[in-house]
Amino acid sequence: MGVINGLIKRLSDVLAALGRAMLTAAAHTGALAGFALRLAWRLLPAWTRPRLIVQELFVIGVLSLIIILISGAFVGLVLGLQGYNILSKFNATESLGVMVALSLVRELGPVVTALLFAGRAGSAITAEIALMKTTEQLSAMEMMGVDPLRRVVAPRFWAALFSMPLLAGLFSLVGILGGYVIGVLVLGVDTASYWGQIGEQMQPVADVFNGIVKSLVFGAVVGLIAVFEGYAAEPTSAGISRATTRTVVLSSLAVLGLDFMLTALMFGA
Amino acid sequence: MSVEPYIRFEQVSFARGRQRIFDRVNLDIPRGKITAVMGPSGTGKTTLLRLIGGQIKPTRGKVWVNGLDVARARAGELLAMRRRLGFLFQNGALFTDLTAAENVAFPLREHARLPEPLLDRVVALKLNAVGMLDAAESMPSALSGGMARRVALARALALDPELMLYDEPFTGQDPINVGILLRLIASLNRALNLTSVLVSHDVAETLSIADQVIILDQAQIVAAGTPDELRARMGDIPFLQRFLQGAPPDEDSDRALAARTLLAKKLRVSV
Repeated sequence: MGVINGLIKRLSDVLAALGRAMLTAAAHTGALAGFALRLAWRLLPAWTRPRLIVQELFVIGVLSLIIILISGAFVGLVLGLQGYNILSKFNATESLGVMVALSLVRELGPVVTALLFAGRAGSAITAEIALMKTTEQLSAMEMMGVDPLRRVVAPRFWAALFSMPLLAGLFSLVGILGGYVIGVLVLGVDTASYWGQIGEQMQPVADVFNGIVKSLVFGAVVGLIAVFEGYAAEPTSAGISRATTRTVVLSSLAVLGLDFMLTALMFGA
Repeated sequence: MSVEPYIRFEQVSFARGRQRIFDRVNLDIPRGKITAVMGPSGTGKTTLLRLIGGQIKPTRGKVWVNGLDVARARAGELLAMRRRLGFLFQNGALFTDLTAAENVAFPLREHARLPEPLLDRVVALKLNAVGMLDAAESMPSALSGGMARRVALARALALDPELMLYDEPFTGQDPINVGILLRLIASLNRALNLTSVLVSHDVAETLSIADQVIILDQAQIVAAGTPDELRARMGDIPFLQRFLQGAPPDEDSDRALAARTLLAKKLRVSV
């Protein structure tokens, strides 16, 4: 009896912990939705100070360029190498260009850029806003009659939204060049077929436009999570640390999950 | 003829979770005077300032600031009220990526829309008023605690407020800085005809400049009056005497008894 009672107690503890975790997650999601609504009202008014958005575009977008370009180049090199190995088995190495380009523009460009962006810029946005909260800078703004959502949060959200498609485009471009270097310059694929197939097979709407839409969605999601986690962070050093971690983890999961849904909608069946 | 108080608390209650911070508190803060709000740590002094600023809402009762019911005010009304309010935070709360001058210019840029040359002059005047003009281009990280608080004071005064709220301005300051801040607060209040609310637990310093003092303890106002009136009433109110004279807590008080009981429980011994 004692053993069974112990097992029942342990099971009920596990279920209670699971319930608590689900309630916390539901409350967090609800808070995120409420925050998104409050932010939505401030998005247009934020354009009364475009200089702030440009400033954030530099900090969030331009300063992420190096990591995006280097990563894009390596991903392109790997795609070129792997693609050449696979295509050579079917005597179809002339399709290397379009394989690399489609993989990048449709999938890897938006997704890998969003993941890198969440790690580099998303965590920085969260840490900055959370630190401003901890040191009462946001409170000080509020007491001066300045809305922190409009002054601090909205410009960062816009910058994330605009940066993402631009960075993803550059990522794909550098990746295609990487594929060219390994495929054409190193492995001897014909230059004309590398570029020619890209020109023939890639469709501006189905491929490029859908890639841009994906990037915009990822930009909005990563931007929203980053500013929310910073704004809602517990104002302690451990709170800031937890918030930055949550930004990276939640953004990455959201990007991968949304990518599947968007791919199914855009390219499925 | 009695003058309408600048701030009025009517039956204000406020709780954080289960912890009761204020319980049906009534208080008036007169115009043009320095009112000190004092009490032991954790009695809700900073909460009182945040209630006045409308950052938090009372669970019951009304907070009137210059005729505006802060808890029920619309966003636009609250914004207009805050433009006439200066708040000196305990740690200064300077924007760390802006210089001292840019910090002072911040509220002016947001609200005043002054031409740049005029804005520079106003900033210089404000910084000079707190004796920090020579640190105009310094970043907050390069300023000492006292200097940062003086820059924050200049920023709080940037929009020529009617009401100044000071949250523990003397905490962690050396005696020279305390003297400077005391002189500044008193002289600015006189010169600009401000209404000031000064939250502090530095008894001697605060009583030296306050026109009126409100003492808080255990969610209630324990005593209120001019510093002289409070000193005269010390014999009648034991807590007031202990607080003003910095005496240790009464060993037989309910709080001391509760603390002893809790300790005994933790140590698993009997009281």
